[in-house]
Amino acid sequence: MVKSELIQELAERGAISKTLAETVVNLVFTGMADELQQDKPIEIRGLGSFRVRTYRGYMGRNPRTGKKVEVITKKLPFFRVGKELRLRLNNESE
Amino acid sequence: MTKADIVENIYEKVGLSKEESARIVELLLEIMKQTLEQGDKIKISGFGNFMVRQKRSRRGRNPQTGEEIEISARKVLTFKASPILKKALNE
Repeated sequence: MVKSELIQELAERGAISKTLAETVVNLVFTGMADELQQDKPIEIRGLGSFRVRTYRGYMGRNPRTGKKVEVITKKLPFFRVGKELRLRLNNESE
Repeated sequence: MTKADIVENIYEKVGLSKEESARIVELLLEIMKQTLEQGDKIKISGFGNFMVRQKRSRRGRNPQTGEEIEISARKVLTFKASPILKKALNE
């Protein structure tokens, strides 16, 4: 499912216009991206949580050529699945 | 940020009532959960992809007691950030 399909389904099932569904979906994800950009965690009950993790840089090697390469410090979002969704994925109930 | 903040943001920017904002956000999350539950992935351009992966059962160890245990086969959800989000986080 891609974003446009998510918008379509939200419009149909929510009985709202596609334009409104699109606005909502875009606001939800840009809002989350902005929050992560400020290094703030996100917790959505049932779905999961996101937080930004910092990965330290190190000197690595290209495994093919053996050349030394510097892997720089970077930040990546880390997602952890919520309890409800984890159980639902595995057809379990609480 | 929690679900309440997301609802608040929709309420402030879209001009829907609080109840309607909450209903739509809940529905959006429910659609996402149902999609993943069916084993389908969700791709949000500019944000990232959610993907369900099947894990086989494997032998593990209770780190506290050292006892060997069987970890059952299960489905796990992984999230991969889009290059756009990664770039934004590192600016």
